[in-house]
Amino acid sequence: MTDAVVDDTAGEVPVAGRSFWSDAWLRLRSNKAAMVSLFYLIAMTVVCIVGPWFVPHTYTTIYADYVRTPPSLSAYPKADMIESALGDVLKRMRVELKDWHQEGERVVFSVTSSREIDERNTRYIDRSDTFDDAKVEDRSADGTEMTFSAGILRQYFIFGTDNTGRDLLSRTLMAGRISLAIGLLAGVVAVVIGVLYGATSGFVGGKTDEIMMRIVDVLYSLPFIFFVIMLVVFFGRNFVLMFLAVGAVLWLDMARIVRGQALSIRRQEYVQAAEALGVSSRGILLRHIVPNLLGPVVIYMTLLVPHVIILESFLSFLGLGVQEPMTSWGVLISVGAKNIGSANWLLTFPAFFLVSTLFALNFVGDGLRDALDPRDR
Amino acid sequence: MFVYVIRRFLTAIPTLFVIVTLAFFLIRVAPGGPFNQERGLSPEIKANLEAQFGLDKPLWHQYLNYLNNLLHGNFGPSYNLPDFTVGELFANGLPISIQLGASALTLALIIGGTLGIVAALHQNRAADYAVIATATAGSTIPTFVIAPIIQLVFALSWNLIPVGGWANGALLNKIGPVITLALPQIAIVARLMRGSMIESLRSNHIRTARAMGLSQWSVVIRHALRGAVLPIISYAGPAAAALLTGSIIVETIFAIPGVGRYFVDAALNRDYTLVMGTVVVIAIFTIVFNLIVDILYAVVDPRVRYD
Repeated sequence: MTDAVVDDTAGEVPVAGRSFWSDAWLRLRSNKAAMVSLFYLIAMTVVCIVGPWFVPHTYTTIYADYVRTPPSLSAYPKADMIESALGDVLKRMRVELKDWHQEGERVVFSVTSSREIDERNTRYIDRSDTFDDAKVEDRSADGTEMTFSAGILRQYFIFGTDNTGRDLLSRTLMAGRISLAIGLLAGVVAVVIGVLYGATSGFVGGKTDEIMMRIVDVLYSLPFIFFVIMLVVFFGRNFVLMFLAVGAVLWLDMARIVRGQALSIRRQEYVQAAEALGVSSRGILLRHIVPNLLGPVVIYMTLLVPHVIILESFLSFLGLGVQEPMTSWGVLISVGAKNIGSANWLLTFPAFFLVSTLFALNFVGDGLRDALDPRDR
Repeated sequence: MFVYVIRRFLTAIPTLFVIVTLAFFLIRVAPGGPFNQERGLSPEIKANLEAQFGLDKPLWHQYLNYLNNLLHGNFGPSYNLPDFTVGELFANGLPISIQLGASALTLALIIGGTLGIVAALHQNRAADYAVIATATAGSTIPTFVIAPIIQLVFALSWNLIPVGGWANGALLNKIGPVITLALPQIAIVARLMRGSMIESLRSNHIRTARAMGLSQWSVVIRHALRGAVLPIISYAGPAAAALLTGSIIVETIFAIPGVGRYFVDAALNRDYTLVMGTVVVIAIFTIVFNLIVDILYAVVDPRVRYD
C-alpha cells in the first residue's frame, strides 16, 4: 500500500497541496452508500443517547396492565381493554361492579359491596396503569354502594411491551446505548493494544519480533470462544470489565496487520533517508510510521466495532453478557427469539436496530477502505 | 507428497500439545470447580467426589494423568453428565453436528460459488449488484437473528418445517439449521469467488483461451475456475473445521443434540474433561482441514509442490 502512496504523491506534488486525509475525505464524500450510512450511524447514536430521556417511559418501569402489548401508533388503552383493566382494579378493591360507562376521557362506574366501602379505595384505582385522578362521585347512605370516576391514562407503546410489561421502545434505545458503547469501548482497547504491540514488534524486529509473533500465533490457535468464556468466568458478569477483556482478546488481528505495515514502511526509502539525515527513532516513528499506519488502523477499527457488537449480542444471547434489568440488543433479541410464536415484535424491532446498524457500519467500513486505500487511485 | 503429509502430521503434535497444555491450565486457574453447586455439597461428599475423579491430587499430577489418558484415546468421564464419558458424548453428538455442518458447507460452496461466478461474469451490472447486496446482507445479519426469523417465517407462518428438534435426523428437521448455517457462508464464498474470478478472467491464459475460440462455458469452468478456486479453498478449510464441530447458536435455537453446546456449558460448569475434549476435537479438526487445504492447493495448482 505504502509504495503507491510514495510514488503517486511524488508525481502529484506540483498539482495542489491536497493531503492524504483531505483526499480520502473527498473520495468518501462521493461514495453515496457510505455517506448515507455515516449519517444513519450518527442519527442512530444520537437517538440512542438522547432518546431514552424523551420517551415517556423508563426502560425499567413495569406496566402490569400492559404485558406483551402489541406495538401501536395510537394510544393505549384500547376500547376493549378498559373493562378488563377495571375488572382487575375492582378485584383488588374487593367490590362488585354494578355498571360503568365512559364519558369522554373519564370512566364512571358504580360498585357495590356487602360491607361499607372505604373512600380511600380510590388509591387502588390510581395505582392501576390504566386510570388516574380517581374521585368519589356519589355514595349511598349505608356506604355499601359507591360511584367513582377516574381519568383514563393514555399511554403510547409504539414498539409494544415485553413479557413483564416494559416499554420496548425505551428498552431498545437503552440497549442501543449499551451495544454501541461496548462496541466502541472494546474496539478502542483492541486497537490500542494491537497498534502498540504490532508497531513495537515490527519496528524493533529481529528476535523480539520473532518471539512476540510466536506468542500471537499460540493465542490464535486456541478457539476464540474458549477465550471469551474464560474471560466471563474470570470477570464474572461485570460487563464493563468483560468488554475491556474482550477488546484485549481481539487485538491479535490488529497486531498482525500493524506489524506487517510497520515492517514494510520501515524498509521504505524515505525512512532510510530520514535515518541517513539523522532523524531520531522517535521522530521516524511519529513522523513516518504512525501516520502511514493510520489508514489500515481506521479501516480495521470500523470492521472491529460491528464484530464486537455481534460478539456482545452473541454473549448476551447465551446469557453471559449484559444482565437484567440492564439490556442490550443481544439480550432483547434473545428474549424475542424465545417468544417469536406469540410476540414477534419482541424480535423484529431490536433485530432491525441491530442489523441496520451493522449494515451501516459495514458500508462505512467499505467506503473508508476505498477512500484510504491508495492503490485504487 | 506422502512424506509431506507425514511430516505435517508430526509437526501437528507439538501444536496440539501446546494447545492442550494452555487450555488445561487456563480452565484450572478459573475460580470454582465442577462440584461447586449453588446448593453446595457437604464437604465430605465433595471430597469423595474429587477423590473419585482424582481432582484432589496436585495439579501437575492431574495434568500428566490427563495427557496419559489422552494418548490412550481416553477423554475421561464428564463431571456434570455423570452417565456419559466425554468420548460417548462426542460419539453421539459429533455425527449430528458433522451432518449439518457438511450439508451447509456443500450448499455454501455450490450456491456461493455459482453466485460468485455469475456476478464476476456480469461485473457492474444488475446481476452483480444483486449478488453483492445479498452477500452483504448474508454476512452482516448475525446467525441468532437469521435463525428465529427462519423459524418465524417457515415454521410458524407457513408451517413448512418443524420449529426445532432433531427427530432422528428427519430431512425436514435439518432444513432450518442447515439454511441458517449456510447463509453466512454462501455470502462469504460468493464474495470471495466474485473477487478471484474477476482477477482470474483478466489473466493471460484466459485471453489466449478466448482467442482460440473456446466457448464461454469452457473458458470459465475449465480454465478460469481453476485459478479462481484457490482463495475459496483456503477459506473453506478453517470454515469447515468450525462448521463441522457444531454451532452453539444454531443447535440451541433449533434444539439439535449436537456438540456445539458442550463448549459453553462445560466451561461454565467447570466440566474440565468435557472442555478439554472440545478443545482437542476442535484443534484436531482445524489441523486436519488445514492439511487438506494444503494438499488441495497442490492438486489444483501444480506450481505448488511439497517435496
